[in-house]
Amino acid sequence: MIAETGLAALWIAAALALLQACLGLGALGREGAPLMRAVRPVAVVQALMTLTAFGALLLVFWRTDLSVKLVAEESATTLPAMYRIAGAWGNHEGSMLLWVTILALSGAAVALLERRLPERTLAATIAAQAVIALGFFAFLLFSSNPFARLPVPPVEGSGFNPLLQDPGLAFHPPTLYVGYVGLSVAFSFAVGALLTRDVGPAFARAMRPWVLGAWVFLTIGITAGSYWAYYELGWGGWWFWDPTENASLMPWLAATALLHSVTVLATRDGLRAWTVMLAVVAFSMSMVGTFLVRSGILTSVHAFALDPRRGAFILVLLALYIGGALALFGARIATVKEGNRFDPVSREGALVVNNLLLSAILGIVLIGTLYPLAVESMTGEKLSVGPPYFNAAAGPLALILVALVAVGPVMRWRREDVAAVARRVAVPGAITLMALVAVLLLAPGMRLLPLLGLVLAVGTGAASIAPLWKRNLRRTPLFTWGMVVAHLGVSVSLAGMASESAFTKETLVAARPGETVRVGPYVVCFAAIDPVAAENYTAVQATLIATRGAAQPITLQPEQRTFDNPPQQTSESAIATRLDGQLYAVVGEQVPGGRWQLRLWWKPFVTLIWAGGALIALGGALSLLGRTLPRRRPKVEQDGYARAY
Amino acid sequence: MKTVRILLWLPLVAFLAILGLVSSGLLKPHDTTVVSQMVGKPLPAFTLASARTGEGAVTGKGFADGRPRLLNIFGSWCVPCIAEAPQLMALKQAGVTIEGIAVRDRPGDVGEFLQRNGDPYDRIGLDDQAVLQVALGSSGVPESFLIDGKGIIRAQHIGEIRPEDVPGLIETLKAIR
Repeated sequence: MIAETGLAALWIAAALALLQACLGLGALGREGAPLMRAVRPVAVVQALMTLTAFGALLLVFWRTDLSVKLVAEESATTLPAMYRIAGAWGNHEGSMLLWVTILALSGAAVALLERRLPERTLAATIAAQAVIALGFFAFLLFSSNPFARLPVPPVEGSGFNPLLQDPGLAFHPPTLYVGYVGLSVAFSFAVGALLTRDVGPAFARAMRPWVLGAWVFLTIGITAGSYWAYYELGWGGWWFWDPTENASLMPWLAATALLHSVTVLATRDGLRAWTVMLAVVAFSMSMVGTFLVRSGILTSVHAFALDPRRGAFILVLLALYIGGALALFGARIATVKEGNRFDPVSREGALVVNNLLLSAILGIVLIGTLYPLAVESMTGEKLSVGPPYFNAAAGPLALILVALVAVGPVMRWRREDVAAVARRVAVPGAITLMALVAVLLLAPGMRLLPLLGLVLAVGTGAASIAPLWKRNLRRTPLFTWGMVVAHLGVSVSLAGMASESAFTKETLVAARPGETVRVGPYVVCFAAIDPVAAENYTAVQATLIATRGAAQPITLQPEQRTFDNPPQQTSESAIATRLDGQLYAVVGEQVPGGRWQLRLWWKPFVTLIWAGGALIALGGALSLLGRTLPRRRPKVEQDGYARAY
Repeated sequence: MKTVRILLWLPLVAFLAILGLVSSGLLKPHDTTVVSQMVGKPLPAFTLASARTGEGAVTGKGFADGRPRLLNIFGSWCVPCIAEAPQLMALKQAGVTIEGIAVRDRPGDVGEFLQRNGDPYDRIGLDDQAVLQVALGSSGVPESFLIDGKGIIRAQHIGEIRPEDVPGLIETLKAIR
């Protein structure tokens, strides 16, 4: 019954989405006010119905109801409780239902909370949101029904991919999805504003909190995903330029650009067309990214096997939504009045450069991600594009972007004097130079990118707090704090990346128990190797004792796990975190002579990468609070230099 | 102003281009065969124990004696290899020299397999860790490589040899003599 309830709720939600779209579009007409009053409750009930369907899915997974096809294929009674639940979104159908649930919830949130947008634009926005939802409801109901039953239930399910059996999975996809799908709100806002030709500061101020919210979740999702790949895959790297990672990075880049351009629109009424464009692009990237990895067109660890008909279905949806929005953009944007102009040397100018750089990086990532596909369809040759391309192409641009973080926030709106800016960045500039000298002296022979990265990280770190200089910290608005914290996060993260890339020490050996290995400052003793057993796997566990000087020895126990259902081997790394870095150990296969492959890394300050990511997200959250909480000091809105983005 | 208006349609054009690319990728069936990079290169050196009891080791050296050969990679545990066996016998009857590599196998099992399905092989090496298979760039069983008289790998046949493949293989082996 539960599965049928879920399916029924899904159908009702789809019908309500259709109704919502009609009401919203109807409200655009002359006599639209009564329709507008009806559209809000409809959006809320639609979200509740979708939530019911998702709850039903969670329940059948929790109970491991094997008569439901999806449960039988993707779960098993032997799984630990947490993965019996998380398994609900660790597969194609379930993750699509989660996607739609978040979509419906954000639609309801807009209907309930949005008060700043003009009524007509809001109606168009809610209609757009419903149209998007409708397509994905159709996709679920017609080709990815998560509630399909099996005529004869099996005795046991096929199990759950062991790589996904990790606490991170419980949070990583939902967080990322809130980010992806949250951007749908910006998309719908843009479509709504195009329909009513109402693009201006009020539109930008209304859209900004939604973009900020989605962006915060996207940042957390990417940071968490990167850490997951780092410790779960056991390859020692934190970013692989895998198509899925790119799929999450591309909307983030677009959203970051949007976040900055929307501020120009909100404060100075400039960059109208560009901001609308970015709002469309950001969610389009979310959809394209989800589609690319899910359809199996690009090979990735995240690709759930998908038959081409489903792929074609999503492709048609994408064509309609993105193509439709871009066509609307082409047709309508010229009739939107041009915004204010500004001097190239100004806060706006710096933000435009920021946007151009972010877009260029986005383009580089997009081209690198699609290039293998293009080559294969033209020549039939298979290839993959890896770090050498992405690092070389995107790295320098990213460094320029980080340098801009030091300068942009201390510039005035409208027009700025170059000499004045130079005076304001003199102290951080001097610190950067000192860092350069220090790095050259202390770590000679560093490669150029990590060297520049490290030096810039120090300089930008100093510059990022410059906007707080000589200010009353208690009266500084929250969104200024947000900007400072997020920009500081960028430099912290960059410092981690540069340090990891330049100073990592790696040792790969085949060792017998009793032998010792050196890695970085540590002497690691291979103490023992033992079999261990857990609920759903058996493993061999190595015990390594690492000592550095007189400090307390660290015990590391990496494992090589063999899961029984489905049969698969995974290696479980062991990581010890110290203030100045992480010791990372992986045990591999047994080799002849009673030896085991051991792979050890010493990664100085690698944790800064994710700490920086967390700071960036925290900064976004502070800004969001600053933008949504009642203003304490309305005066700051006019003050040029002090104003944050 | 005119040109600016046209530029506004650029995003749509770019998107349509991506859409075309992606749909071509979606509609084309995925080709998962792994083509060996070793074709055109000399056979890697190897020494394997024989899978038949009482025979000496099989080495790569004997391959460059002027006779073209078919090097068949199989396993007694592999079902398509059973389907392929009659074609191998037919090739042998046509005068083709066939060498075998039994992958991840046991001599006893290989013996049983040959008894049941016929034995077309001159020699059979036992590649119990699939080391030679990997060195040859072969990703599965059965696979066959055509080696010319100088010991150069000239062609790769992925999957079982079907009856319709037999004449072509004989042709090729004659051609690369």
